[in-house]
Amino acid sequence: MSAPAGSPHPAAGARMPPKLGGAASGLAPPQQNGPAPSQMQVPSGYGLPHQNYMAPSGHYSQGPGKMTSLPLDNQCDNYYSRPYTVPTQNVGTPSSANQPGAQQMYGRGPPASHMGGSTPGSIQGALASASHPYTSASQPYSSFGNRYSSPATYSASSSASQGYPSTCSHYPVSTVSNVVYPNVSYPSLPASEPYGQMFTSQSAPSARPVNDSYSGPSTAVTYPSRPPPPPSQHHHQQQQSHSGYSSVPWSAPGLPPAQDNLIRNQMGSLAPANNRPSNNENVQPPKSSSIVSTVLPGPSSTRMPPAPSHPVGPLPSAPPTPEQMQTKVRFPGPSHAGCGKWRLNRDPGLWGTCIGRMRERPPEKFAIKGMQYGDYVNNQASSTPTPLSSASDDEEEEDEDEEAGVDSSSTTSSASPLPNSYDALEGGSYPDMHSSSASSPAPDRASEPNSTLAQALSAAPAPTAPHPTKVAKPFGYGYPTLQPAYQNAAPPPSSGGGHPSGPGYSGYPQHYPGVNQLSSGLGGLSLQSSPQPESLRPVNLTQEKNILPPTPIWAPIPNLSAELSKLNCSPDSFRCTLTNIPQTQALLNKAKLPLGLLLHPFRDLTQLPVITSNTIVRCRSCRTYINPFVSFIDQRRWKCNLCYRVNDVPEEFLYNPLTRSYGEPHKRPEVQNSTVEFIASSDYMLRPPQPAVYLFVLDVSHNAVEAGYLSVLCQSLLDNLDKLPGDSRTRIGFMTFDSTIHFYNLQEGLSQPQMLIVSDIDDVFLPTPDSLLVNLHESKELIKDLLNALPNMFINTRETHSALGPALQAAFKLMSPTGGRVSVFQTQLPSLGAGLLQSREDPNQRSSTKVVHHLGPATDFYKKLALDCSGQQTAVDLFLLSSQYSDLASLACMSKYSAGCIFYYPSFHSTHNPSQAEKLQKDLKRYLTRKIGFEAVMRIRCTKGLSMHTFHGNFFVRSTDLLSLANINPDAGFAVQLLIEESLTDTSLVCFQTALLYTSSKGERRIRVHTLCLPVVSSLADVYAGVDVQAAICLLANMAVDRSVSSSLSDARDALVNAVVDPLSAYSSVVSSVPRSTLTAPSSLKLLPLYVLALLKQKAFRTGTSTRLDDRVYAMCQMKSQPLVHLMKMIHPNLYRIDRLTDEGAIHVNDRVVPQPSLQKLSAEKLTREGAFLMDCGSVFYIWIGKGCDNNFIENVLGYPDFAAVPPKMTHLPELDTLSSERTRSFITWLRDNRPLSPVLHMVKDESPAKTEFFQHLIEDRTEAAFSYYEFLIHIQQQICK
Amino acid sequence: MAFTFAAFCYMLALLLTAALIFFAIWHIIAFDELKTDYKNPIDQCNTLNPTVEKLKKIKRVKIALKLVLPEYLIHAFFCVMFLCAAEWLTLGLNMPLLAYHIWRYMSRPVMSGPGLYDPTTIMNADILAYCQKEGWCKLAFYLLAFFYYLYGMIYVLVSS
Repeated sequence: MSAPAGSPHPAAGARMPPKLGGAASGLAPPQQNGPAPSQMQVPSGYGLPHQNYMAPSGHYSQGPGKMTSLPLDNQCDNYYSRPYTVPTQNVGTPSSANQPGAQQMYGRGPPASHMGGSTPGSIQGALASASHPYTSASQPYSSFGNRYSSPATYSASSSASQGYPSTCSHYPVSTVSNVVYPNVSYPSLPASEPYGQMFTSQSAPSARPVNDSYSGPSTAVTYPSRPPPPPSQHHHQQQQSHSGYSSVPWSAPGLPPAQDNLIRNQMGSLAPANNRPSNNENVQPPKSSSIVSTVLPGPSSTRMPPAPSHPVGPLPSAPPTPEQMQTKVRFPGPSHAGCGKWRLNRDPGLWGTCIGRMRERPPEKFAIKGMQYGDYVNNQASSTPTPLSSASDDEEEEDEDEEAGVDSSSTTSSASPLPNSYDALEGGSYPDMHSSSASSPAPDRASEPNSTLAQALSAAPAPTAPHPTKVAKPFGYGYPTLQPAYQNAAPPPSSGGGHPSGPGYSGYPQHYPGVNQLSSGLGGLSLQSSPQPESLRPVNLTQEKNILPPTPIWAPIPNLSAELSKLNCSPDSFRCTLTNIPQTQALLNKAKLPLGLLLHPFRDLTQLPVITSNTIVRCRSCRTYINPFVSFIDQRRWKCNLCYRVNDVPEEFLYNPLTRSYGEPHKRPEVQNSTVEFIASSDYMLRPPQPAVYLFVLDVSHNAVEAGYLSVLCQSLLDNLDKLPGDSRTRIGFMTFDSTIHFYNLQEGLSQPQMLIVSDIDDVFLPTPDSLLVNLHESKELIKDLLNALPNMFINTRETHSALGPALQAAFKLMSPTGGRVSVFQTQLPSLGAGLLQSREDPNQRSSTKVVHHLGPATDFYKKLALDCSGQQTAVDLFLLSSQYSDLASLACMSKYSAGCIFYYPSFHSTHNPSQAEKLQKDLKRYLTRKIGFEAVMRIRCTKGLSMHTFHGNFFVRSTDLLSLANINPDAGFAVQLLIEESLTDTSLVCFQTALLYTSSKGERRIRVHTLCLPVVSSLADVYAGVDVQAAICLLANMAVDRSVSSSLSDARDALVNAVVDPLSAYSSVVSSVPRSTLTAPSSLKLLPLYVLALLKQKAFRTGTSTRLDDRVYAMCQMKSQPLVHLMKMIHPNLYRIDRLTDEGAIHVNDRVVPQPSLQKLSAEKLTREGAFLMDCGSVFYIWIGKGCDNNFIENVLGYPDFAAVPPKMTHLPELDTLSSERTRSFITWLRDNRPLSPVLHMVKDESPAKTEFFQHLIEDRTEAAFSYYEFLIHIQQQICK
Repeated sequence: MAFTFAAFCYMLALLLTAALIFFAIWHIIAFDELKTDYKNPIDQCNTLNPTVEKLKKIKRVKIALKLVLPEYLIHAFFCVMFLCAAEWLTLGLNMPLLAYHIWRYMSRPVMSGPGLYDPTTIMNADILAYCQKEGWCKLAFYLLAFFYYLYGMIYVLVSS
């Protein structure tokens, strides 16, 4: 800690000497007092940083406070100094010889022999005085003083431009500008608004370390800047891509404010003199008034020419095309239109819905209601601004800040409306969008990021159902009914490919130039007269042999007009179980389908517009961020699509920096992209953005050393130390524990790491609060020393106890001043101190078909700790590597409620179980290098009438729509159940918006916003037509987990079965005319029984098969926290036959040919002895080799002469120079590249003992305890007929 | 007319029930605030500074949630009193609520301290709705009980 290296920081050097002395010589008081005075300089030099952070001080003062209670005192000097000086003096720690540094016992338990002559008494005085320096000097931020140059800026009330030192150009962007603007009062605020947008085109997110590496503006193409129409000083556009990184392309956000500062200075305002130099430095990057547009072609962009740098000049030839547009359009929608009817839950208790009235509305109603969009409220209401007090010091809530943030946005009201476009705007359609999207389909495609999977498959044979939506409806106008789309549906089934890509759609709008034409053309059409769309085609489940399509299943595309579909959020980030939202709860109840959202908000994106703007435009009443689905009433006003309030368009929003034109608010990137990221101003901060802080808490008891995970971990850390996401402030710390807790002093300047032992686990305290978390860059050598020494340090330990609880308490104390990430590695049941656990598993009950106990936590210690951590913005990630029962149900709480993640490696052993070790290594690589967001909150908003019911995932729910996430990582998924509170009859579209406010590892405050728009339907058939089975199944899984914890496993299983029975019986009784004796389902639901059966056979929910309790609980944790894509693979793995790979239908990725074998159903009948099969379970791959497998394959791919020679435990495919080997490997590599956690490969020979692992995934087969698929269907049919 | 033990019980119960009514109201308000928390603070308090308001609100919610145990104890206490006074009818009327309280406390989530509400699940809409309904039902019960005790007290005083 202390200043970033290289910065002119007087204190940085100054504070070291005492430490050095302390370590090398006898030291003594300096150990305590040394840092204090020298650190004091920091504050003084940079202006009282600690004012802002009162919280931390409380913590630190606690340390000394604790000490005052120590029995042996007075010897304060001794206490600290002696042990340091005499490293080997420690008595009672047998392994001291191995320790890298001094080792000492703190604590009163055994009043430490090394304390020798110390008299218990009165350390108080000494420490009390010492405590003051601690509190004031050791503020974590104070040493970073030069980053947050002066806290005054954050209070937003000071108008002095504080001049950020050169190093701080990351986050403070809008802080300064906000501070500056009020005084300067530019007449043309909008124009001069610094604005930047960029697209990244990183293309292999999974393989890459996704840290926010701002590799700098490296290859920037600079265009001379051009003054915008209104008088303004400058504006910037930066468009830049990093190949190495997904979504934080923002190169120099500090620039705009820097300029402002400069301007201010030039205008003779009062910037303090000493700030000048830094200002200048900030300004110095010359691109500040230029367009930087770089596109680094991603490694895998092969199909498209790597989007050449978008000309973002005055004449953009291609509008920014968000990734999701393309993906949407490209996927041929498997299902979409339809008719069908359902009813509601048999199990209202579980699914939380109640049976309501059935009410159906005649379609004409909609025509009328639909007008609502065009019929804007001429509400000059913007005259009621209640300017919120600047909430940066708001008591607790980030969200308050978020709320308070932006009122300045709606202050302008007089300007020149453009009367020409008024009409069009009033009607709500975007005339310009029409033309732009219609006229430039080619650029759209060209600029498309090469998202490998999506493209790959859109090129592959398409799913059978073509996407029916053809009619373009101008946004904002009527949507008289939604049926038109269905009408045009029913394309000949032969056109299987559907419309794979944009042009077909984008051409359409031209055919309907006039809104009136359109509505008249559509009026009077009704669903009944139209042929049945594909997704409603009744499927006789018992007769249909091959229910599983040969290609992967894509999310259904909402039945929206082409423009809206294009603008809509990518289904990878945001999905709804029903893409057609029923109008009333009654209708939903009739359909008996779960309604909810599946979110993957922090996904690694290949392309993400990042927006820097002084004012983030939001609705004044519901605080919704402006998004593509709002309607512009006229030039100056927009209508919120969630609460329907009419808001002012702020002046600067009228200027479009992309096109450099004025008066086209609807062309701003916020309105063109449904996934955007804003750089937030200081209004969105409660405190200065925290640095990245990582703490590793490692179990070093005998059990852990035996398992040998330390070497894997330390090696991974050594390899990835430079790739840890963070900036120059990044801090890192280590703790180990067995029956005592060991801290490591890594303060820069020490010759070697010092180990400090606290044996008082009943009352844990921090031996030295400020040198345990150290700056990664300054202490790198020490850290490396420690990591090299750590695996061998405890090699002879005999300590079998594990004091996890106290260690966590210590970690919490250590982290609470800053927040950050705690990674806990645990290998056994915690057996000492707070939070100790007993074994609760009865091995004889593992395969019981009756009740499964102990799915819930045994103690609330970990939950409470997690809540405390969450409050201090600390997330706890748990790595459980144990061979015996470790009560994951209790331990998992520490991660569940602090927004951490959980990794579990049953029977881990670094040598006996190499595949687990490999998995750990790979997971760690991803874990350490992936992107991370700190102190995050996520708010989910939805259109008035809908409300959130229950949330699933790892977080703490702080308010009805606000999730508090201490950390957010790209692999976290969330689910939300929805209720329809009020009938949605007066709207035809509903929108959902998630806003994730987080601090990037670079210390920037950012907001990532996703907006999803879905149509509202009034008939059951339409509801059925829009079911997204995969989303529904994931939501059901989440609900079932909750149910099994709160009630019982058998309840949850029954509920799952009912979740199939109810909709199917509702469908057959209401919609379909087929005889009741057959089991029919609409095509959109045909996979529901299969997936539910798969769920029932999951480790989480299965009964009758021996399942360890921890495995079960872990599976449940995964269901709650995994995003949909990964969860689906876990629930229903993909099976491919790989011994006959051909290039037929192959795709090209990175100059590699990737064959695309078709999906096989998960049944042993598909496994022929002559074949080899690959099963993709998400986190693990199995290759099953049949006994009679072709020797050519074995020889060419596996590298062995025949079947018998293949070793039983193979985890890698050899790199052979044969065609089939190349194909197989490229296919597997391609599968691997598409996911973040690299799966481990297991070779399973036919008739080897390992095959049970493989066969348990064949969910269509009968097992001793569970139905086969066919039996399950029969069972369902019986239930329906009952 | 004599001041019997039964009369004393009724009087005590009368006073305590008044307190319980107060608790119930607070309970209802607390959950209502939890529920409506997401509403725009601007709309909610046009005059008050939202931050101050919010602070107050959170304190109020916390206090209200802490009142659960006292409420149960008070109710159990005068049930015992009625038992001692051999007021069987009154006791019988109170038994269902007493049983409910016991059941509710038995089935509370795992937690080390006393308490009923788990902060991690309280925001679940089902639980929130249940708690609100519970609050209203109790309020009604206590109100009725209040008048019944009043009647009972007078009756005992007059009849003895």
